[in-house]
Amino acid sequence: MTAETIEEGTGIDNRPAQEPYDLGLGKLADPLVGRAIELIWHEARLLDDKAYEAWQTLYTEDAKYVIPVDPDTDDFESSLNMVYDDARMRHMRITRLVQGYSMSAVAAARTTRTISRFTVEEQTAETVTLRSAQVLVGFKREKFQVLGADLTHRIRFNGDDARIELKLIRLVNADAAVNASGFLL
Amino acid sequence: MTAPTSDRASDFASLAAEDRVAARLYTDPEIFDWEMEKIFYSTWVWVAHESEIPDAGSFKMSHIGLQPVIVNRDRKGNFNVLLNRCRHRGASVCEVPKGKANGFTCPYHSWSYSLEGNLRGIPYPDGYEGVAEKRDLPLQRLRVESYNGLIFATFKTDIEPLADFLGDAKLWIDRFMKQGAGFPVKVQGEHKFRFDGNWKIQLENTTDGYHFPIVHRSWMASVDAETADMLSFMTDEEAVTHALGNGHSVAIMVPEHVDLEDDDGTEELQERFRPIIDELSETMPPEQVRRIVRSMHGAGYNLNLFPNLSLSMSFFRVLRPISVNETEIQHMALGLDGGPESVNRERLRIHEHFQGPFGFGTSDDSEAWDRVQRGAVANPEMPILVNRGLGREVAADEGWKTSHVTDETGMRESYAMWKRMMNDDR
Repeated sequence: MTAETIEEGTGIDNRPAQEPYDLGLGKLADPLVGRAIELIWHEARLLDDKAYEAWQTLYTEDAKYVIPVDPDTDDFESSLNMVYDDARMRHMRITRLVQGYSMSAVAAARTTRTISRFTVEEQTAETVTLRSAQVLVGFKREKFQVLGADLTHRIRFNGDDARIELKLIRLVNADAAVNASGFLL
Repeated sequence: MTAPTSDRASDFASLAAEDRVAARLYTDPEIFDWEMEKIFYSTWVWVAHESEIPDAGSFKMSHIGLQPVIVNRDRKGNFNVLLNRCRHRGASVCEVPKGKANGFTCPYHSWSYSLEGNLRGIPYPDGYEGVAEKRDLPLQRLRVESYNGLIFATFKTDIEPLADFLGDAKLWIDRFMKQGAGFPVKVQGEHKFRFDGNWKIQLENTTDGYHFPIVHRSWMASVDAETADMLSFMTDEEAVTHALGNGHSVAIMVPEHVDLEDDDGTEELQERFRPIIDELSETMPPEQVRRIVRSMHGAGYNLNLFPNLSLSMSFFRVLRPISVNETEIQHMALGLDGGPESVNRERLRIHEHFQGPFGFGTSDDSEAWDRVQRGAVANPEMPILVNRGLGREVAADEGWKTSHVTDETGMRESYAMWKRMMNDDR
């Protein structure tokens, strides 16, 4: 919080390097990555359709679904999160969303979401980890709501079976006010 | 500070009666402006818990009404509450929500201030020779007092000490902090959200036992039977609300957990905590394990401190008015400072289950409050009823007005204080 002194004459050389370099492009053409992206888009459609019971079958039994508050932490266990769901909590959450007792779920906004900007973070023989950007637009009672998030999905493949074993949703406003919504991200 | 002018101001207090208030209290922007002046800028407002600013130089941003403040702990260990506004041309001097600093420097022309708010440096000071003295231009300091870790500030130098303002609520603050079970209570993290409604809708909700099984039916359906049973207070005659004076009230939902040190040994510990009980029992005596586990859900009540803080079972609820029809809420999860990691984690999971924008409870509360604001514009002169239980209200031995926890005794206490303050009748 103290004033930074800018010394004159200490120029920073930030000109781009001219040597050839390799960003490792081409990973999105990998068939496993293509299937992972397809699964993520399928998940997005189920969520927009509020087909929650179908949605939870996309997850492995030991999967975690996390919406952290702290933008910098990876230790979700020791931190307060907005959502930190294992299979048990996920199941209870779905029951709550569909059973009709929750007034916010009954009155939830209609949503439409776009996921893009995919990058492959890690790939093994059985898993693909993808990062992406999600822009969700919700509409409820004359008002629009926009929620931006950086997503991480880890997808586990087992033959033809592909399931999500981690979904991490880092909202751009995670550590500021996030309004109660009645729908899932 | 200049009060907002309104030729209707003298009528505002008359909009609140003992058992009803005009719905206009939620919808009229002039009333809101008057409330900022007569309530938020005229009494003790909670700004921080001491665990949020643990070290010398620790600070956090907070608000009193609409005004941004910085709360910090200086090298002498004193708490300072400073208006977050440079004395030069008004820029905020801090936009980091919390952290540690030696002082605060305005980004515009680098005027720099100490933790106490003193103006330490002005760049190129020759232009101020004979014009301004640094000692005359500190950040505006507010009066600060704390009670049992709760830090409050006020613009008023002439009102009663904090301890007198809290009055009988002090006993309930002390009992609340016993959930530390021998450890100091600390803030572990916070949820923050806004709803499209007036701040008093949330103020009322804290002691509204009546809504619980209805609005929170989906949460009740999702918890274990023991927890659901613990909160089955609708027909429990010992579950009462006390009006404590000065707008404060306490709604007791779990009578056996009013004083967590008071344990006759008959209550069985909840089976859901078995793994923690087993783990703690390896290193702790059974009494200590029992004390910690019985405190897992916090104190058995919500203590509403007028106007902006509630000590709600196991968390702090802080309300911040944004405008007449928008309010920001913080739910601060509490843990045991230096306590067992597994206990603090379990408390975080309990908090996440109910609280926050995706919690099983908060999202339904928020929907209900939005609906109050939307409905209240229909004939704003039509009263909001806070008369439930008026016919069965009695005085407890301590003199507190008391009725069932599903009654509206707490709301009546808040509105009685609201009326007095809006009337300058303290």
